[in-house]
Amino acid sequence: MAYLDHAATTPLRPEAFAAISAVLGRTRNASSLHASGRAARRVVEEAREQLAAGLGARPSEVVFTSGGTESDNLAVKGLFWAARAADPRRTRILCSTVEHHAVLDAVQWLVDSADAQVSWLPVDELGRLNPEVLAAELGRYPGQVALVTCMWANNEVGTVQPVVELARLTRAAGAPFHTDAVQALGQLPVDFAASGADVMTVTAHKVGGPVGVGALLLRPGVAITPLTHGGGQERDVRSGTLDPVGATGFAAAVTAAVEDLDGYAADLGGLRDRLVAGVLREVPEAVLGGDPDLRAGPDAGRLPGNAHLSFPGCEGDALLMLLDARGVECSTGSACSAGVARPSHVLLAMGADPAAARSSLRFSLGHTTTASDVDAAVNAIGPAVERARRAGALARARD
Amino acid sequence: MRLLAAMSGGVDSAVAAARMVDAGHDVTGVHLALSPSPAAHRDGARGCCTLDDARDARRAADALGIPFYVWDLAERFAEEVIDDFVSEYAAGRTPNPCLRCNERIKFAAVLDRALALGFDGVVTGHHAQLANGVLRRSVDIGKDQSYVLGTLRADQLAHAMFPLGDSTKEQVRAEAARRGLAVAAKPDSHDVCFIPSGDTAGWLRGRLGAAPGPVIDALTNTEVGRHDGAYSYTVGQRRGLDLSRPATDGRPRYVLSVEPVSRTVTVGPLEALDRRVLRTTAPTWTSGRPSPLPLRAQVQLRAHGTPHPCEVSADGTGLTVTLDAPATRVAAGQAAVLYDDDTGQCVLGAARLTAGD
Repeated sequence: MAYLDHAATTPLRPEAFAAISAVLGRTRNASSLHASGRAARRVVEEAREQLAAGLGARPSEVVFTSGGTESDNLAVKGLFWAARAADPRRTRILCSTVEHHAVLDAVQWLVDSADAQVSWLPVDELGRLNPEVLAAELGRYPGQVALVTCMWANNEVGTVQPVVELARLTRAAGAPFHTDAVQALGQLPVDFAASGADVMTVTAHKVGGPVGVGALLLRPGVAITPLTHGGGQERDVRSGTLDPVGATGFAAAVTAAVEDLDGYAADLGGLRDRLVAGVLREVPEAVLGGDPDLRAGPDAGRLPGNAHLSFPGCEGDALLMLLDARGVECSTGSACSAGVARPSHVLLAMGADPAAARSSLRFSLGHTTTASDVDAAVNAIGPAVERARRAGALARARD
Repeated sequence: MRLLAAMSGGVDSAVAAARMVDAGHDVTGVHLALSPSPAAHRDGARGCCTLDDARDARRAADALGIPFYVWDLAERFAEEVIDDFVSEYAAGRTPNPCLRCNERIKFAAVLDRALALGFDGVVTGHHAQLANGVLRRSVDIGKDQSYVLGTLRADQLAHAMFPLGDSTKEQVRAEAARRGLAVAAKPDSHDVCFIPSGDTAGWLRGRLGAAPGPVIDALTNTEVGRHDGAYSYTVGQRRGLDLSRPATDGRPRYVLSVEPVSRTVTVGPLEALDRRVLRTTAPTWTSGRPSPLPLRAQVQLRAHGTPHPCEVSADGTGLTVTLDAPATRVAAGQAAVLYDDDTGQCVLGAARLTAGD
């Protein structure tokens, strides 16, 4: 099996497995005051410190959550509610058009139900938000912006955003800046302090930790209204019993992921380049989506593990099925809860037409990927495209 | 063979797929998403395309250990089946959307795609038998679905498999339970899948808007009521007429005809619905070769209707079907499915009724 869907969930790292196993059999409530409670709390706090160290943050800035979706919802809604409560004129959200649904839909919900205004910030054909677009929009609404949100790197096409510049512009305009760094973490150097972001989303299962735990990094003094109310854990920002098992697995995964990141990213980029070159050799009409600059390193314009390819005349879900039958696992980019493929909003935002948007596959590489996985995909792609193109021609003949 | 099993989430298609797996075929399960907006939990929708059904289909595929995908055919279904359903009613005819779905979706769009993708055929859980190109009734006459497959052409049937035709519904349920399929006790679906409320008239009113007109009694030729839309009425309908005046003879009245242009619904006594001579559109012949005409046959006019012995003759490009004894409640738009005269078991072909007298 060639697993090339690490951007969905990457396999558990052995370090995380070991850390989880060490505490799984003795979970207690970390808020209890007795010795067992203190022991559980110690696991959580050590994880918090370890995680903060891996993310360029302070331990007090880490709010554990259930994962990326909760962190994004907490960031968007929490920042909006708090900003508006402090100043009723701050009701506008500035949001890029290529965000994950966890951000997009949270913003849209505020528009629909809480009278929020939104500026959807357009991206270029590589999927990148130009800082000048943000600057112009901030200039248009002085004193009215509740928050700006833009992801660090895109989950579908892998495009890296100029977050440092976006954060600087936002801060200069007096608004908080949130970034979803779920895909960036473990592939790019992610330093919360150096980024200038006020709020940042991260999650464990994209870096080799368990599913079901994530964090929101929250700079001190940034006002945020909680989504959940209850026991007042996590500085009253996120009530709910602390999860020592998840926290320790998350921390171990991040520590492993950021160790020798440069070397890892270079290797990963090399495998990705081999995949892209191989696919283009087998299917010369295939088109690489996103940033074509494949250089790895701190200034990378693209995630080293991402290969987003369109196959004109094919439907992505037909290709996915054919590759799956040959043991090659990838993704079409986005899927709804029923498993029905819709044209990706990211590709549409980048200017693709709906047919082109349906013809893509995302291969995402990660810490277990080998050259033979890549070669399996390259070997399978030619016949799959041939078949899918026949099926696609049928669909078009009808129209 | 590499087979694609269309899995609705019901017990029949699950057992059909299971039998093909047992027979040693390489089976892939596909659930067809037909609803224009895949129902979310909060919608509380039911019918053939809810998330519950997709989940049931997925779990059945898990139990069989076969790959499973959801194919989105909502757009095509809306064009080919739903729009047709609406326009047929608007034209005063009575369509059968299940038949249309088999003809245009399952054994057209799905089959074409499956063949192009390298599958050898499509498996469904329809209760019908198919061997050597001959489509026959199920052994379970009460559940027989050969009627809704009646318009399939030979080239479609050549790649279709109906593994349940030799079993009764009870046997299928028992087999599902024995196999540990969770859908074993799931109730049968009856309603039109895209009208989850079951209120076809209300649904049509929402699509077509109010178009009030008179209800005329055929015996007296007088107006006996008003209606909000002639499309809400089906020939042979008795309930829901809501007439302001009782019939002069005191007997129940039935819809005799629906005339969309003048929006006139005509009602009358049951015997006025009797028809002996039926006319049809051009037929499809199951074998792929036109049957020599005239021909003795049995004709079935609705999904679970009784077959009528008849004589079939050519009538331009269409057919004239002369029944030995009159049939009642015959509506234009219905499919006339012809079965062989000797046994009444084998489908010969099908056509759509245009008129009768």
